[in-house]
Amino acid sequence: MDITLPILILAIPITMFLVLGIGGVKMSRKLAGILGICGLGTTAVLAYIVALTYYFSGDANFIIDGVRQQYQVFDVTWLAFTQRLVVNIGFLLDPISALMLIVITTISFMVHLYSWGYMEHEPGFQRYYAFLSLFTFSMLGLVVATNIFQMYIFWELVGVSSYLLIGFFYKLPSAVSASKKAFIVTRFADLGFLIGILILSYYTETFNFVAMTNNPAAVLQEFGGATFMGASLLTWAMVLIFTGGMGKSAMLPLHIWLPDAMEGPTPVSALIHAATMVVAGVYLVARMFPVYCVVDASLTFVCYVGAATAFYAAVVACAQIDIKRVLAFSTISQIAFMMVSLGCAYDLPIEGVHYSGLGYMAGMFHLFTHAMFKALLFLGAGALIHAVHSNNYTAMGGLRKYMPITHWTFLIGCLAIAGIWPFAGFFSKDEMLAAMFNRHWFWGAWMMMVAGLTAFYMFRLYFLVFWWEENPHYKEHKPHDAPWQMSLPLIILAAVSFCCGWIDFGQFVTWNGVPYHIHIEWVKVAIPSLIVAICGIALATRMYMKKNDLPTKVKNFWPTLWEAAHRRFYWDEIYMFITHKIIFGIICKSIAWFDRHVIDATMDAFATITQKASYAIRGMQSGSIQAYVLWYFFGAIILAAITWLCLI
Amino acid sequence: MDSVGNIIVYFVVAIAIVVFSIKAVTTRKILRSATYLLFVLLSTAVIYFQLGYQFLGAVQIAVYAGGIMVLFVFAILLTHKPNDATGIIDSHRRAIGGTVAVAGGVLLLLALFFMPLLHGMSLTECIASGQQITMKEIGDAFTGSDRFQYLLPFEAISVLLLACIIGGVTIARKE
Amino acid sequence: MDLSMLWYLVPSVIMLVCGIYGFITRKNLIAILISLELMLNSADLNFVVFNRYLFPGSMDGMVFTLFAIAIAAAETAIAIAIIINIYRSIGNTDITEINKLKY
Repeated sequence: MDITLPILILAIPITMFLVLGIGGVKMSRKLAGILGICGLGTTAVLAYIVALTYYFSGDANFIIDGVRQQYQVFDVTWLAFTQRLVVNIGFLLDPISALMLIVITTISFMVHLYSWGYMEHEPGFQRYYAFLSLFTFSMLGLVVATNIFQMYIFWELVGVSSYLLIGFFYKLPSAVSASKKAFIVTRFADLGFLIGILILSYYTETFNFVAMTNNPAAVLQEFGGATFMGASLLTWAMVLIFTGGMGKSAMLPLHIWLPDAMEGPTPVSALIHAATMVVAGVYLVARMFPVYCVVDASLTFVCYVGAATAFYAAVVACAQIDIKRVLAFSTISQIAFMMVSLGCAYDLPIEGVHYSGLGYMAGMFHLFTHAMFKALLFLGAGALIHAVHSNNYTAMGGLRKYMPITHWTFLIGCLAIAGIWPFAGFFSKDEMLAAMFNRHWFWGAWMMMVAGLTAFYMFRLYFLVFWWEENPHYKEHKPHDAPWQMSLPLIILAAVSFCCGWIDFGQFVTWNGVPYHIHIEWVKVAIPSLIVAICGIALATRMYMKKNDLPTKVKNFWPTLWEAAHRRFYWDEIYMFITHKIIFGIICKSIAWFDRHVIDATMDAFATITQKASYAIRGMQSGSIQAYVLWYFFGAIILAAITWLCLI
Repeated sequence: MDSVGNIIVYFVVAIAIVVFSIKAVTTRKILRSATYLLFVLLSTAVIYFQLGYQFLGAVQIAVYAGGIMVLFVFAILLTHKPNDATGIIDSHRRAIGGTVAVAGGVLLLLALFFMPLLHGMSLTECIASGQQITMKEIGDAFTGSDRFQYLLPFEAISVLLLACIIGGVTIARKE
Repeated sequence: MDLSMLWYLVPSVIMLVCGIYGFITRKNLIAILISLELMLNSADLNFVVFNRYLFPGSMDGMVFTLFAIAIAAAETAIAIAIIINIYRSIGNTDITEINKLKY
């Protein structure tokens, strides 16, 4: 494949970033918006061409005997530290990177278009588009990375653009603290990632994905059974790498930044904190999947973390008032779903080693469908916020008459995420649940319960926003549907969410490139999960469709639980306790004491002594030459006397 | 055994040096001080002659007693009115100076008297054992670059003197 | 009676201590310069005496003294130029008034 298109895919967004970032101040809003949208549109077209070429051209580079290949379009040395430690920059085409190219550019284009309407009156419009381009560039660079170090570089760039966009309204203190929180939390996770990379590459002596994933057994062999604290070093490396993914994908202990990240503009939440950046962790695990397979301990770890997170986030989402927070927790839960699916993609070895790629395929499928319908939901939430100028559902209710387009598209999104046939979520969720049941019935049952919760909280949100009771404020300020720049992406994404489940996804993405034919296991998985989802929806309908006092009753039935869920089970408070009370209060204070009273004091003592001594003896520098000669002569006499005494 | 003439010359010169040195630093009239310095320099020149360094003695008289003294006299006349006595030296200062000078002198003289090396040969033997220093030798020493020849210092001194002339002119020039 | 080296060194020492005394006690810059010349002269004398008594075969001490005289001339010229400059700016040559260069 010619390298022009791949290079252009990366070059156009970064050029747009530079043009808009440097020249944006001088541009009109309209010009900046058109430039951003056109640039991203071109990138999207090129990305589609590249991805479709990869999937459909049948070129021998891409597919051999029906097996899809990993193909490095280019891979050039970028930094050569030593003979062995070489960092390359390249462009890797394989089933998942081609998939991500499509997902990122599609969502990014929709968001660019949508933002034109949504951000119309905000100051810093040009800067906003510059940041969006930077993010798109970084995310594309991340997914096409040929080696883990390139991925790490772009991983950090993605973090930076996320930081910039969360803190876009930098005059709001909450946005500033949210951006700092996101940056710091993910940075701690990235530390683990970096250590993992270093351990892994120290033993394998390569950063390259293709070299590592094509021969995971060799990787295992390179480690030669080295262990650390009871677990093999390779397990440690993979778990540490997964830590980076936990940070980016907001898995349980490190999830606290994502709900706060909703302080950013809503389209940004749709792009970065729902569809693309937060799935980077999933993408990372998928990218390293063959290596994860050879150390099932690390994959099991992924599984446990994912399962715990999915349930936790689903419960918390049931008790949020802010609609963006609900969607944020829903995102966490859904990403955890993908993680569990990846974690379950590995069967216990029955006859030798045996991989089951179903979970991998399903996880990627869900990544794809989830990106579409979650972006749709976020953009819909943006339209709602645009209309009523509040994030809370208490300011909404009964909006279906006023905003029909938003209503219908939002409903499609809710049905998709709840997994109702024939919407997209149904197919991907069905495959994931099938993979989990394959691994162990427990995972399947657990995640099916989470799926039911998902249906419940999504429809709770839907009913509270669009049904329930009309808000009295509408009389003064009548809400209406958004302008066409915002409605068009909603409609497109709704259409995609409606039908993209019918794609025979297994033909395109599997863990080893061998096509897999999706068949729905109606009896074992699909019908039970449908029933669970419908139960959840029915419950939500009963509770929230018409204004009644059942929700209050439920809330008062066990107020502590509701409060705990509403306060996200006090994770933020725990973090606050650890950082402020323990780290700042005890450790840092004692270190500060030591610094001030020992280190600084020593330096101060030097300074004081020097100063005092100089003041004491400065009279000797009298400016009188004769006094100097006198002292000199005294010195000479003493020296002469000493010399003479020594000679005698 | 040195000749009586040499001994007489030595004592005359030594006493002159001692007396005029002391007078030079104790007299209150600056022009007299300069004159006593001139006598000291001339007496030193006599010692050089006595030790057999005729050329050096001549240089001492010409450059020191002649050139430098003229500079001194000019400087004094430029900066002092006639009969202008320097201020009375306060006793405190004189006490310190005297103490230091006497202490240093006693120490050095003690050192001299306890140094056996210094009591050896007489002047006559010395001059007899040494070679006669002719002008030719001195000229060779200053214009050669071999061992014990001094072309480079000679040139350096000439440059230094040039620099001094320029510096002196620059410093003393009126703005 | 022999005129040994010691005889020549004693006047030299007295010259030196006189120079030191003068340097420390005098207030006039030119008088200080005169004291300086005394000290320098005593050093010259020492060079010559040592040359004559200890190394009669060579003439290094003498040559060194010649250089010292030349340098003394240069030094005096510069010093007097400076003194005249000082006189122009403050109207006298009293060293007790020239003590600005201090802490």
